[in-house]
Amino acid sequence: MSGKTINLTLKVWRQPGAKAPGRLETYRAENISTDASFLEMLDIVNEGLTLEGKEPVAFDHDCREGICGMCGSVVNGRPHGPERETTLCQLHMRHFADGDTVVIEPFRARALPVVKDLVVDRSALDQVMAAGGFISVNTGQAPEANSLPVPKDKADLAMDAAACIGCGACIAACPNASAMLFTSAKVSQFALLPHGRPEAARRALAMLAQMDACGFGNCTNHQECEVECPKGISISNIARLNREFIKAALGSAEELPVIK
Amino acid sequence: MTWVLRMFSTSIGKKQLMAVTGLLFLLFLTTHLLGNLSIYGGSPAFVAYAEHLHALGKLLVVAEVGLVVALIIHVTLAVILFFENRRSRPVKYAVDKSGGGGRTFSSRTMPYTGLLILGFIVVHLTTFSHHIVDQTTRNIFQIAVAVFSQKLYLAIYLLGVLVVAFHVRHGLWSAFQTVGANHPKYMPFIQKLSIVFAVIVAIGFGSLPLAILALR
Ligand code: SF4
Ligand code: FES
Repeated sequence: MSGKTINLTLKVWRQPGAKAPGRLETYRAENISTDASFLEMLDIVNEGLTLEGKEPVAFDHDCREGICGMCGSVVNGRPHGPERETTLCQLHMRHFADGDTVVIEPFRARALPVVKDLVVDRSALDQVMAAGGFISVNTGQAPEANSLPVPKDKADLAMDAAACIGCGACIAACPNASAMLFTSAKVSQFALLPHGRPEAARRALAMLAQMDACGFGNCTNHQECEVECPKGISISNIARLNREFIKAALGSAEELPVIK
Repeated sequence: MTWVLRMFSTSIGKKQLMAVTGLLFLLFLTTHLLGNLSIYGGSPAFVAYAEHLHALGKLLVVAEVGLVVALIIHVTLAVILFFENRRSRPVKYAVDKSGGGGRTFSSRTMPYTGLLILGFIVVHLTTFSHHIVDQTTRNIFQIAVAVFSQKLYLAIYLLGVLVVAFHVRHGLWSAFQTVGANHPKYMPFIQKLSIVFAVIVAIGFGSLPLAILALR
């Protein structure tokens, strides 16, 4: 423990409800240990607000160990804050200097509407998953492990893609609020494995159609998503989705599903 | 055939049409530059190149029609994508500095450089195209000398070339990525090629009026 503490000025987006107007409010965060995580810092600020009889800042979180994908806000213009491949819950206050002003905003996208303060509704991502982010198998005994050989390199790439925790930072970072990095990671984790191939064409089209229907923007290859993704998901997954789309659109009998 | 329309009205479909038409323009830029470099063989070589090109007749018309169709597709989709993307984030960030460093000046300005290029194409065609400018009494070299002697046109041309270079710097690698051609071995090369190609466009085309005026 370093025992060092810092004082910060926070500008936090406060919005009482989905329809209500919101604005940035200024708060002081005092005597924050540099060993605290960003969310712990918010906890401390919220404790103060509660004692003052004010409404604490609503923010999403769950595991606080960088694996669940629940946390995430835009800190000084950067989703999950300034550290590479770090979720907000794993971001520590030692990356801030005494006296810093920190602006905290919710992820901004038409498809991810604000529920309250820093909390956004990410059900659009679930809808994309539900559209095709699975493989259809009959239940029963686990098959013999070596009956479906998986090349190591493919397994590694699938594992890298599956590291996506569905936090939505890629959308928040994208100047077009496109969900291509998320969707491509989810398509890739199946497309790379033999188990995912039989439904690959149907899956790619279904997830794409759902993604478009949710109102995300169109990818224009700014690469901001890759830079801000806490799991380091590569945009080569987006290229893979683009290839899967060509195969599905022009090389398979699958139709683009109609999303109501 | 409605399935084709439906496929290409998806976000990826639209982007891929942008990419393929964009790649076509890159091919055109390459041939256009290679041909025009004939100026370095002197004005007779330049004029001979133009005459050979026009002698292609129907083939040239097919190429021109192809480019016009590609341009219509590219521009129409650009407009659609631009407005769709603007709508996708109704509330902007208070702090929007994109500190991550993914974006480049080129990628950021694509819609605007695109619009400028469209304007430049109009000016360029009205001053040079054999469909618009009578080339029976003057040859292409004489026309070019006349055009570039006017400071305003020279400035517009040089600026146009620069804008094209910036558009191409993001467009080239972006087109490869969009059609799915991202490979760990080739992508670093393609990304560098984007920059090299942009520099070649800027210097290659940018030097032409200077060479023409020097040969005057
Ligand atoms: S791709 Fe990265 S940024 Fe996007 S949802 Fe997955 S983990 Fe989050
Ligand atoms: S709270 Fe689970 S990833 Fe941050």
